[in-house]
Amino acid sequence: MNTTILLFLLQDGITNGAIYALLGLALVLVFAVTRVILIPQGEFVTYGALTYASLAAGRMPGTAKLAVVIGLVAFAFDLYAMRKTLHVPKVARAFALHVAFPVVVLLVSMWAADQRMPAGVSLALSLLIVASIGLSLYRIVFQPLAHTSVLVLLIASVGVHLAMQGLGLLFFGAEGQRGPTLLTATATLGSLRFTGQGMAVYGITIAFIVGLWLFFGLTLYGKALRATAVNRLGARLVGIRTTLSGQIAFLLASTIGALSGILIVPITTLYYDTGFLIGLKGFIAAIIGGLISYPLTAVAALVVGIVEAFSSFYASNFKEVIVFTLLIPVLLLRSLAAPAVEEEKD
Amino acid sequence: MSTLLEVTDAHVSYGKVEAVRSVSLTVAENEIVTIIGANGAGKTTLLSAIMGVFPLKGRVSFLGEDLARYEIEDRVARGLCLVPEHRELFATMNVEDNLQLGAFRMSKAHAARGFEHVYTLFPKLKERRKQLAGTLSGGEQQMLAMGRALMGSPKMLMLDEPSLGLAPIIVAGIFEIVAKLREEGVSVLLVEQNAKAALKVADRAYVMELGEFVLNGKAAEIATDQRVAASYLGFAETAAS
Repeated sequence: MNTTILLFLLQDGITNGAIYALLGLALVLVFAVTRVILIPQGEFVTYGALTYASLAAGRMPGTAKLAVVIGLVAFAFDLYAMRKTLHVPKVARAFALHVAFPVVVLLVSMWAADQRMPAGVSLALSLLIVASIGLSLYRIVFQPLAHTSVLVLLIASVGVHLAMQGLGLLFFGAEGQRGPTLLTATATLGSLRFTGQGMAVYGITIAFIVGLWLFFGLTLYGKALRATAVNRLGARLVGIRTTLSGQIAFLLASTIGALSGILIVPITTLYYDTGFLIGLKGFIAAIIGGLISYPLTAVAALVVGIVEAFSSFYASNFKEVIVFTLLIPVLLLRSLAAPAVEEEKD
Repeated sequence: MSTLLEVTDAHVSYGKVEAVRSVSLTVAENEIVTIIGANGAGKTTLLSAIMGVFPLKGRVSFLGEDLARYEIEDRVARGLCLVPEHRELFATMNVEDNLQLGAFRMSKAHAARGFEHVYTLFPKLKERRKQLAGTLSGGEQQMLAMGRALMGSPKMLMLDEPSLGLAPIIVAGIFEIVAKLREEGVSVLLVEQNAKAALKVADRAYVMELGEFVLNGKAAEIATDQRVAASYLGFAETAAS
């Protein structure tokens, strides 16, 4: 191996690792706040990527309609839950969140699909569509189960993953798609070639991580989310609704998932089921971080990306095997180091 | 004095075990009421159930409004606040953030006044405002838990074993604050094993045994009651040491 190949593999690994880092952070966030292991994270990736690709190609994505349909269901859930106290501001809020928001996004997408809009518009619309799906999904599936065990939440999570994957096949077909790059410029540094897309991946990932850090460190809602993660009862006792924290967590996770997908789809062809595998890599990083530590997850994600890049060079048939094998020593170490914990605390 | 909290015929169960049986109590505005009793009498369970942490059979009304359909968060918004036995602080966040979250439902201006109020009551917290809650001493954690509750401007504060595991001098300080809160118009429902200190600060008292109230009356009268003196006051002294 020469230095050029080494640097090239490192670069490739870091690009993928940055995306796994985003996904891993989202998984840690959702688990800490809601105790849901977010298997459908991969579907958010797929939906984001393929919605973006469809919009850019001038096709109307089915996901925008799905957002409206499950938004209506979520609104019905809210109305039913509020049937005894039909408090107007609360109903209005639910309507805005679950009905008005996806409908407006649907209308804008219908208009934009005909117009051949710049990539930025497709990107923004895809994020909004997937974010709205994530929000309503939390309302329909996970909010009613909020008090149940981690296992029940996991089973529901697997169910959502399967349903979303099936719908993905329905919306996007079995064909793979690619999206347009966000930045077309390229730069060379020594023997390394930096594509615009690669730069976009780094830039957006770093911006998002910094943004999250500021959100959690400085804003009241960010702190409320952390508080729910640290001590759920304590948070409720100061009046922070678990539902609100769950909504924010799912909103962030679905946006991050969609964003990751949009960043990858110009680099690799994505199929309706590719997201799952990408999500799992983020999951490995999150597990290495113990589903608690954000910095450890980010570092682990970079390691996963680099290991993947090198194993695809040396033993491409065993790429996935090698990456997933990373989990075994980590789990062994963790189970030896950690004291026995009760399965359910609250 | 009008009634603030009224609990009528409350039952609380853990599965098949009925931890609280047919309990009724009232707390008026500007009143300090204490519930004393031995470990395991059901005091903490009762307080948590009033807050909505556990389901409660019976009626709980606050400011004349039935609380049955309200979740914990809605009860907080109505001015009922619990400082739980385990304090439930946000251990990995600093003192200031903990306090700020205590005013989660309040306006910014309100929170600013809250900070001033809490820092005057507990100057120690101001010194430690950048320290993580989990690294505070037990007494400071109790102060923080009370401070966090006060940030939401409650009309009534329910304190669960505020003296638990604290040095006597700190306990005295905490009870002074309880008395001061009443002067500021906050009612207090105080659950304590340290019966002697609780009876000294309270107006009225209920004595709880095995999930039931066995005695109630003016705190001063309860303090001189033969049975209470024998089973709680003596016991409380050994427990506090």
